[in-house]
Amino acid sequence: MATNYDYEEAPANYDETHRQDLGYDPNFVPDSVKSFVGHLYRHIREKNVYEIHQMYEISFQTLSDRLFKDTPWPSVDAVAHYVDNDQVFCLLYREMWFRHLYARLSPTLKQRIDSWDNYCSLFQVVLHRVVNMQLPNQWLWDMVDEFVYQFQSFCQYRAKMKNKSEQEIALLRQYDQAWNVYGVLNYLQAFVEKSNIMQILEQEKEGLEQFTATDGYDYSGGSNVLKVLGYFSMVGLLRVHCLLGDYQTGLKCLLPIDISQQGVYTSVIGSHITTIYHYGFANLMLRRYVEAIREFNKILLYIYKTKQFHQKSPQYEQILKKNEQMYALLAICLSLCPQVKLVEETVNSQLREKYGEKMARMQRYDDEAFAIYDELFSYACPKFITPSAPSFEEPLVNYNQDAYRLQLKLFLYEVKQQQLLSGVRTFLKVYSTISLGKLANYMEVDEPTLRTILLTYKHKTHAVDSDGKIISNADVDFYIDDDMIHVVESKPVKRYGDYFLRQVVKLEGVINDMDRIKLE
Amino acid sequence: MGRETPKQQQQQQQQVSYTVEQLVAVNPYNPDILPDLENYVNEQVSSQTYSLDANLCLLRLYQFEPERMSTQIVARILVKALMAMPAPDFSLCLFLIPERLQMEEQFKTLIVLSHYLETGRFRQFWDEAAKSRHIVEAVPGFEQAIQTYAIHVLSLTYQKIPRPVLAEAINIEGLSLDKFLEHQAANSGWILEKGHGRGQLIILPRNEFNHPELKKSAADSVPLEHITRIFPILG
Repeated sequence: MATNYDYEEAPANYDETHRQDLGYDPNFVPDSVKSFVGHLYRHIREKNVYEIHQMYEISFQTLSDRLFKDTPWPSVDAVAHYVDNDQVFCLLYREMWFRHLYARLSPTLKQRIDSWDNYCSLFQVVLHRVVNMQLPNQWLWDMVDEFVYQFQSFCQYRAKMKNKSEQEIALLRQYDQAWNVYGVLNYLQAFVEKSNIMQILEQEKEGLEQFTATDGYDYSGGSNVLKVLGYFSMVGLLRVHCLLGDYQTGLKCLLPIDISQQGVYTSVIGSHITTIYHYGFANLMLRRYVEAIREFNKILLYIYKTKQFHQKSPQYEQILKKNEQMYALLAICLSLCPQVKLVEETVNSQLREKYGEKMARMQRYDDEAFAIYDELFSYACPKFITPSAPSFEEPLVNYNQDAYRLQLKLFLYEVKQQQLLSGVRTFLKVYSTISLGKLANYMEVDEPTLRTILLTYKHKTHAVDSDGKIISNADVDFYIDDDMIHVVESKPVKRYGDYFLRQVVKLEGVINDMDRIKLE
Repeated sequence: MGRETPKQQQQQQQQVSYTVEQLVAVNPYNPDILPDLENYVNEQVSSQTYSLDANLCLLRLYQFEPERMSTQIVARILVKALMAMPAPDFSLCLFLIPERLQMEEQFKTLIVLSHYLETGRFRQFWDEAAKSRHIVEAVPGFEQAIQTYAIHVLSLTYQKIPRPVLAEAINIEGLSLDKFLEHQAANSGWILEKGHGRGQLIILPRNEFNHPELKKSAADSVPLEHITRIFPILG
């Protein structure tokens, strides 16, 4: 698959002067790169997963920082003969090549299309040939993550039709299969199906399979690539569905993964965060606020405790960004659905620091409040996409914001419907019983209106969970007897059962570790 | 070509819907199943069944290929979603429908209807629904579904509810309401009580939402599955 990186054809958005200054020669291969690809190739052939991981995580980054700060790596044609022209290695190298390009530079349309072709070739190999490799989970996760990211980036790029050149439009029309939404979804789905990952996870529960226990690695001489790609593709599908606005299906795709447990998804921090971020966001849009709060709380605490260990990692910035976004989402959830005991102390103090004042204003439900909901949602939401190709006939406009605007509008609509609930809550906290007439008076509405407000409160605080059951999210609840309101304070119970289970497992781990220590 | 018996027709229908559900589960990202999904919507309407997953799948396909979208089908999906309340299905569908389509008259009406139901404004809902008979009467079972939802919300809220409040919420009055109440008393555990000079009171069945003392302390119960994880340790 000889590729011609013909930069002469690059459209206007590629920095011409930049390129000329650096004099990038795609065919020049520095010695350190020769050595890098040579070693990496050998390690992959010998299945030395640890070494592969070190080279992938650390050496690649170091070389990128030192030699390729703002240029691409040498072309695959130039390095091919240092790796026996191995087809699979070349596909893997190109995947890293494009990922580096997207991270440091701005890809041209042609490059986007070429990257899609590369993914197709690489995925075809994994899906249809027997691949005898073991790759680190980090790498396999990055592949899926980057695949979805480039799809999202392409949709955003394609939707900005206004300033597109003739060339670009011609290319877009010609290569209409590139980053086609059907293609993207079907590849992810194919990985899930061909890897049989759903059955593997099911059978693991009955002890008939080993997957999570080995972190997905295959210790019987086989390959982990298809299985783990299948596993991470479930997270990929969740992400794509969130980008499309289909939260229900997204959560369904994630169902085989039990997020109340450690799993392969927690073996890579990027995967852990992406999974919970999208899971929480989807639950927020499904109005399952308590579920979202619980998961955000857990992950934010986890990040707080472990982020110091990732300071040198290339994912560090992303980790911090997602951390901030999830605090914003948590602030939204707690403003819509106040809960007393669901948030850990550390997380709570961080939350107060970042959003304490804003949360107080959000609960006033005035115009300023809506502006803050808007601001936080816009900051924290995924980059929604319009998956359909543009109609090239109509006048060329930018429609890349359409998807986001729709989700925001519907979200604020929901917030508006909950406007009066905050007022009711305040009164219910003060009284143990109060007549409808009196409360209507205090709230300056008539009795029929008050009845509708109370019904709204009940409806909005009693969500329908994934099994169709009704669960109450209300921190303050009530019932009506004819025309008397009786207030019920819900007492949150500490979850001792889970706590003890965790401690039992932890202690066992400590005892096992101690047994392994051989005293000299 | 003999005429099919109703039983045979029903069996065929069951076969078709079985296949559609399978398609949605196994091969959802496939433009070829669009006509099947559209037929399935019409089938849901006529046979008073419902499948959120299949409808979301169709709305997604419409999103991928807007030229193939049928506004009539979308409207029917939304009406069915409305009937699924208190589940948030209506919102879930709206997330997938382009904004400019939502500005069209019939969709604006449906959104208003949803708004009234979400905010407990049943009187306004029934008034508006009466004005939009062409939309809502196209889907059999609509009235009953909304009445079921109304009763659900009332059951979350009231231990005892005055007759006029109930009547307004379910849009039944007079003799029809008497009959309805008798039926509920006989089959669903409702108790009809004379109020203190202000008319009839209806006692709704006890549940954990209108009778907080019934609330099981589920917070501390641990599913058996979690306990099985420490069986190896317990030995």
